[in-house]
Amino acid sequence: MLHVKVWRGGETGRFQPFAVPRRPNQTVLDVVTEIQREQDPTLSYRFACRVGMCGSCAMVVNGRPRWTCRTRVADAVASDSALQLEPLRNLKVVKDLAVDMASLFDKWEAARGFFEPGDAIPDDFASVKPESDERQAADEGIECIGCGICHSACDVVAWDADYLGPAALNRAWTLVNDVRDRGQAERLDAVSAGSGCHACHTHMSCTTYCPKAIAPTYSIAGLKRAAAKRALLRRR
Amino acid sequence: MTASLFLLQRASAAVLALAVAVHLATIVYAVRGGLTAGEILARTEGNTTYLAFYVVFVAAVAVHAPIGLRNILREWLRWKGRACDAALVVFALALFALGARAVFALYLA
Amino acid sequence: MRGGPRIQPGYVAALLHRLSGIALAIFVPFHFIALATVLDGADALDSFLSLTDDPFVKLSEAGLVGALALHMALGLRVLAIEFLGVRERTAAAVSACIGTGFVLGLSFLLNAA
Repeated sequence: MLHVKVWRGGETGRFQPFAVPRRPNQTVLDVVTEIQREQDPTLSYRFACRVGMCGSCAMVVNGRPRWTCRTRVADAVASDSALQLEPLRNLKVVKDLAVDMASLFDKWEAARGFFEPGDAIPDDFASVKPESDERQAADEGIECIGCGICHSACDVVAWDADYLGPAALNRAWTLVNDVRDRGQAERLDAVSAGSGCHACHTHMSCTTYCPKAIAPTYSIAGLKRAAAKRALLRRR
Repeated sequence: MTASLFLLQRASAAVLALAVAVHLATIVYAVRGGLTAGEILARTEGNTTYLAFYVVFVAAVAVHAPIGLRNILREWLRWKGRACDAALVVFALALFALGARAVFALYLA
Repeated sequence: MRGGPRIQPGYVAALLHRLSGIALAIFVPFHFIALATVLDGADALDSFLSLTDDPFVKLSEAGLVGALALHMALGLRVLAIEFLGVRERTAAAVSACIGTGFVLGLSFLLNAA
């Protein structure tokens, strides 16, 4: 039997113990689903695709933020240990394992993590070579699906409520490298303000845990360089 | 930290990387068998290379340390604003003044 | 009660970097003042230096040398990440930095003793 402790409640609450039979190739999502369907229908949690594409099932498994559909129980726990499930950190807990993602996306917007086409209609399609430096830099971060794992893992997000966070800053970096974008000045202002990219202290937790193998630390470093370069050019 | 302070911090860090490497190597070597004032002065007195090197070193320290402390004061003690920045400028000037004084003292002794 | 997040090597690196920086920021002004005692003559500096014969002081000096080496090593790691985009295995990189600090502190102590 697998012993599972699941967070119940909101910001305050308790861990409720369950026991679930161990099955071959069992994922943590299988475990949570079995608990909710067979043992306690009042348990709240999220999932959608169950195949590692949507990021909805992200939660903290034995202290690590992960996608539960892509976490095998055999990998997460030793044979005699328990499984502990908690909602993602740094986001308001709605109920049990479900969190309110609104603040993550608010910060995405605050970092100007959206494409700005500008007012002038371009004459022709933009020609963006895939092997150009900017496009390669953008491509390294473009696969983000907004699952919130990096946000949950980040210590600075935990300390500083205003810190934009790795997800928002990573997306901003992909747009800094988008040659079609016309909102670069405003974006650099947004990301290099008080609790922006400079608040990152390279703990690298975001890079460690990102399930898409994106490295937000390096995207944030790119923003630091871009802001510094602009500061240098302005002095001249 | 603003973009300009970031630039100053990282630039002074690069200077210090070189300066500290030389300083550490010198210290670990020179301290063998004990260190006397005479031994120090033999290296520093009238030595213009020493003077130039250490003046640059002191300047880099005077830039680097206060900016680093500024982050800590803001994040750990929540002290921000003009008073904090003014105090750090005073600290920077004090570091440079004390450092230059020490460097020249060993050059002119 | 939910526990805190796991302590990651990058967090340890940032913390040690800060603590060693604070120690150095406190020490350096005194270092400048001590060296400037030579303004009162070489004997003045010598009498100050003789204070460092005390084994506890020697150990503290070694600690400061180690702190300087540690702060520099961790700082070089940050510069490598921010400007050279060096991809690292964080735990290994941070261990190497701590090791460097320790080796240099120890070298000083062995040379000075």
